[in-house]
Amino acid sequence: MKVPIEVTVNGRQYRHEVEPRLLLVDYLRDTLDLTGAKIGCDTSQCGSCTVEMNGTAMKSCTCLAVQADGSTITTIEGLAVDGLHPIQEAFWNKHGLQCGFCTPGMIMAAKELLRNNPSPSPDEVRHGLEGNICRCTGYTNIVKAVQEAAAVMGGAS
Amino acid sequence: MYAAQIDYHRACSLQEAIALLQEHEGAKIIAGGHSLIPLLRFRLSDASSLIDIGRLDELKGISRSNGCVSIGALTTHAELASSDVLKDACPIIPEAAAVIGDPQVRNRGTVGGNLAHADPGSDLPTVLVALGAEFRVAGPSGDRLVAAADFFQGLMSTALGNDDVLTSVEVPAAQAGQGMAYAKYIHPASRYAVVGAAAVLTASGDTCSAARVAVGGLTPSATRAPSVECSLTGNGLGEKAQAEAASQVANDLGDDLLGDISASAGYRLKMAEVYVGRAVAAAAARTA
Amino acid sequence: MTTRIFSSGIRRREDPRLITGQASYTADIKLPGMTHAAILRSPHAHARIKSIDASAAAGRDGVVAVFTGADTEGALNGIPCAWQVPNSDVKAVDHPPIAKDVVRYVGDAVAVVVAESRYVAEDALEHVDVEYEPLSSVTDPKKATADGAPQLHEDAPGNQAFHWTVSGGDAGAAFSEADVVVKDRIVHQRLIPNAMEPRAAVAQWVGSTQDLTLWSTSQNPHIARFLMSVVTDLPEHRIRVIAQEVGGGFGSKIPFYADEAIIAFCAMRTGGPVKWVETRSENYQATIHGRDHIEEVELAATRDGKITGVRAAVWAGMGAYLSTASTGIPTILHGLMYAGPYDIPNVHGDVYGVFTNATPVDAYRGAGRPEATFLVERMVNLLADKLGMDPVELRRKNLIPAFENGHDVSTGLTYDSGDYEKALDMLMDSIAYQDLRRDQAAARSEGKHVGIGVTTYVEICGLGPSQVAGAVGFGGGLWESAIIRFHPTGKVNVMTGASPHGQGEETTFAQVVSHELGVDVDDIEVLHGDTDTSPMGWGTYGSRTTAVAGAAVALGARKLKEKGKAIAAHLLEAAVEDIEYDDGNFFVKGSPDQSKTIDDIALMANVAWNLPEGMEPGFESTTFYDPPNFAYPFGAHAAVVELDPDTGQISLTRYVAVDDCGTQINPMIIEGQVHGGVVQGAGPALWEGAVYDDGGQLITGSMMDYALPRADMVPEIETMSTDTPSPDHPLGVKGIGETGTIASTVTVYNAVMDALKPFGVDKLDMPLTPERVWRAIHHGNGS
Repeated sequence: MKVPIEVTVNGRQYRHEVEPRLLLVDYLRDTLDLTGAKIGCDTSQCGSCTVEMNGTAMKSCTCLAVQADGSTITTIEGLAVDGLHPIQEAFWNKHGLQCGFCTPGMIMAAKELLRNNPSPSPDEVRHGLEGNICRCTGYTNIVKAVQEAAAVMGGAS
Repeated sequence: MYAAQIDYHRACSLQEAIALLQEHEGAKIIAGGHSLIPLLRFRLSDASSLIDIGRLDELKGISRSNGCVSIGALTTHAELASSDVLKDACPIIPEAAAVIGDPQVRNRGTVGGNLAHADPGSDLPTVLVALGAEFRVAGPSGDRLVAAADFFQGLMSTALGNDDVLTSVEVPAAQAGQGMAYAKYIHPASRYAVVGAAAVLTASGDTCSAARVAVGGLTPSATRAPSVECSLTGNGLGEKAQAEAASQVANDLGDDLLGDISASAGYRLKMAEVYVGRAVAAAAARTA
Repeated sequence: MTTRIFSSGIRRREDPRLITGQASYTADIKLPGMTHAAILRSPHAHARIKSIDASAAAGRDGVVAVFTGADTEGALNGIPCAWQVPNSDVKAVDHPPIAKDVVRYVGDAVAVVVAESRYVAEDALEHVDVEYEPLSSVTDPKKATADGAPQLHEDAPGNQAFHWTVSGGDAGAAFSEADVVVKDRIVHQRLIPNAMEPRAAVAQWVGSTQDLTLWSTSQNPHIARFLMSVVTDLPEHRIRVIAQEVGGGFGSKIPFYADEAIIAFCAMRTGGPVKWVETRSENYQATIHGRDHIEEVELAATRDGKITGVRAAVWAGMGAYLSTASTGIPTILHGLMYAGPYDIPNVHGDVYGVFTNATPVDAYRGAGRPEATFLVERMVNLLADKLGMDPVELRRKNLIPAFENGHDVSTGLTYDSGDYEKALDMLMDSIAYQDLRRDQAAARSEGKHVGIGVTTYVEICGLGPSQVAGAVGFGGGLWESAIIRFHPTGKVNVMTGASPHGQGEETTFAQVVSHELGVDVDDIEVLHGDTDTSPMGWGTYGSRTTAVAGAAVALGARKLKEKGKAIAAHLLEAAVEDIEYDDGNFFVKGSPDQSKTIDDIALMANVAWNLPEGMEPGFESTTFYDPPNFAYPFGAHAAVVELDPDTGQISLTRYVAVDDCGTQINPMIIEGQVHGGVVQGAGPALWEGAVYDDGGQLITGSMMDYALPRADMVPEIETMSTDTPSPDHPLGVKGIGETGTIASTVTVYNAVMDALKPFGVDKLDMPLTPERVWRAIHHGNGS
């Protein structure tokens, strides 16, 4: 069985017929060739697959492509519009990444965090990123990056 | 992991969802998918088709009337956590919802899915049992209300029939003098509750006039703690009374206790006492 | 140039592609005609394969092929272990890429399905019918050596994979003459590395030319090519291995895995490109684990706290087979560090490598050295307790005094340079140690339980002199090479055989060349990870990339400086001896206006219109660097924890690291390495541990069960440094990739044990889960 879906991803509209079992993350990566979202686990723990759907962050590994029908999605590839997004810039400035694998998900989660809390304390950043695992940075510079982004964004997301 | 083949039907109304359930044997309801998709990925679900109710507006929203708050089954954990209505009428629900999973999970996971899945480590069942909530269930023969304590029937087992849809949760709004709190021992890997304790206390003057306490995480399903409640009711809410009450919890949990490599059943039982104590203390502080 | 480039924390050059999602990891590769593989893995820890029927799977729609061990007969050789540690009777047991007769751990490959999509391949896996006869199994390395234990390999009686010893001085005499002896049994639980990117492989076979290309998540593509040649009998020049973007490794992507050979085999048999991506739960079974030691340790000392000897017997679980570098980890990288940063004249260690029915163990960040540091630092604390001394004072009493150019240690090593007490002093000042102890006592009197752990350490890294590698049985060299190529426009490519995957050498190597030759870092591109375009090298691990490959880059740049001087002399009609160089300019001594820029030189060398008589054209150098010694970074770390006695829960509230990795090229990157290393080492102290049940099933089979540190579980990691240059390295660099992990496990452990002192608890195994701690408080020592 295949089901037709229509989604808008990073401003572009797509129509496909997909198997109901196809995960959104596989649809983004394999069908749309948007490989920025990563698959780091199979239990919704690591957050590497985080994208924004209809304005809020979600784990694209825990959503079927058919469920996303009609939605508007932003992936890491769609974040930089006029130059880098301030969160991307801040991750670069503060060395908030090493191997880079968790980074797309981490940045998308940081965007959600700042949307809900434009000037978070370090502790609030740590709790806001509890759905994303990084094995390289020990989180110290990620927290600094999110705080820098918050300052640059001046409380607006 | 990669799910097995499965059929998919999208319901445009509650009635259609029920009809689809009747039509397709072995069908399962999917809403946010945060309980079901992990099972599908590991090929641990025997569902043959999915009935998607995720777009049914009639199952969305939080409303208050006549001292009761109605929470639509499609309400997400994030919506619970940020709901002003609930913060006012039933603050323990936002408190518990805010510690479910992580922000992304809370954005997609729904009340209905969480309750229907009935994972022993879930937070909401414990809270809703303590609150004395009722669950509205729609089935082929109409609607019915099921008390939270009757809804959960053991490990990942509920009162829902094959063709039933959980549509809303009805919660009594807090009354004057009530204080409520949820205390959670978080599993460091899964973020589920190793132990969760919910306390809803009513104080008149210095006395606890009513108490409802429930525990989850270590029992197959959320469990009321009548011995704790009994010990609290009619007594003062001082530290000593709280500790005395919390120490009763072992009487209420039965022999079927869950444990794993991170926390054995015996340890969890001791932690139930600690976390009931903490929930009671926090709730007591909020009765003022 | 206006910006100071060397020793400056400039932003990384690799980041723009990573923060925008434009980087291409192996799992992101899509080739025309590509099919997808799924590997069937043994559900049994130990079983005989009675039969396999793959016909139903092979007949399914969309399935291209199904292969079993029988199909690989004659096509794939066994997976080799590349480290034959001498004088230790290493049993090089057969390791078929796909199990043929017997499976020896849960996760052992049994069959592979190639299909049009991964979903279809997974569907077909369920139809491969394997009949097993379960055999008894053992996963505990000590129990595996007992009489009557299940035997894994016929040619390894008693499951002994090897027995290695280290000896220096006279440990026997030291112990018989000691005033004080302390003993402990230390368990280093198995760890799952958890690089965020699971492993992946894409293989492409061109039948007409017999060329194999393998995109692989490898830390060392040249070693992968070498071993692929050994396993497939394909000539090495027909194999190209590409490790493009690699999402962390921490040692787990050093080994050559059966899976890579299997995917190459699938491509060769099906004729088209084949892709395989490990799932996370598959990763937990099929990618190597780390640690798994059971150690019986004792320390001898005089009454006034001078340590006189250390003695250890270690049972190191190897898992079911010997992985690529596995044998060197608990031996060379572990036992030789038993003296730590202390002057301990007498050392003896026996290390028994043991086969168990578990996932193979190999290098995991720190690899042998976290275990060695733990062993020494745990015992020093036990000695301090026994003597009633402050643990920091006891350390001071035994630290090797500062030295600049070599210090011989009883284990046979020569440490390069060090000032261990200076690092300790800096740490003590930073944490205000005496105040901290006072606060701790005050808190205790209020019922609050704080613990402090302090570690001084030295580690061995920057692997290493190739002659030593050969002498200790490593099946390869450990030198590195670099090509520095100036284009006519003065832009530069640096090609290295090392293969960084998060460590930032695309930036640091550019900084080195910029520093040496005055080229803007933005005009330098560092290339790596492709055996067809990168010069020979041995890879990125063991904190060796900057220490070894970075030295090759520095020396290569200096060669070009000399060539540049010769060209400048020729063009300026001056003697070479009169040419001076400063920041990208070559000029005649005393006449700075008579000069040529590095761009002028690069252009002239490339067009070769006017070069000195007999000079070869081009502005390019190739440099091989074999280090004369290992590098020995050192430092002092402190952890502060809070204990909740009601639950046993531990909060890591503060962590301060002072590390000395010699000269610093990019301090920002160095700090980042320490941050990550510290948290990765704290993990096993508090949360992490792979657990098998009695039947050899991995209970911690997913991220739902194996607890990794998250942002809300750790504090900000505070970093400081001293910088004692390496006397051996051309830039004075040592290495920093593993120091955090090497020091932090025991630092956090000792802090928790310090918090537990009022409860009379002096022994607990890791991870220090709340339940273990709570039981120890309430029932004594966790029993």
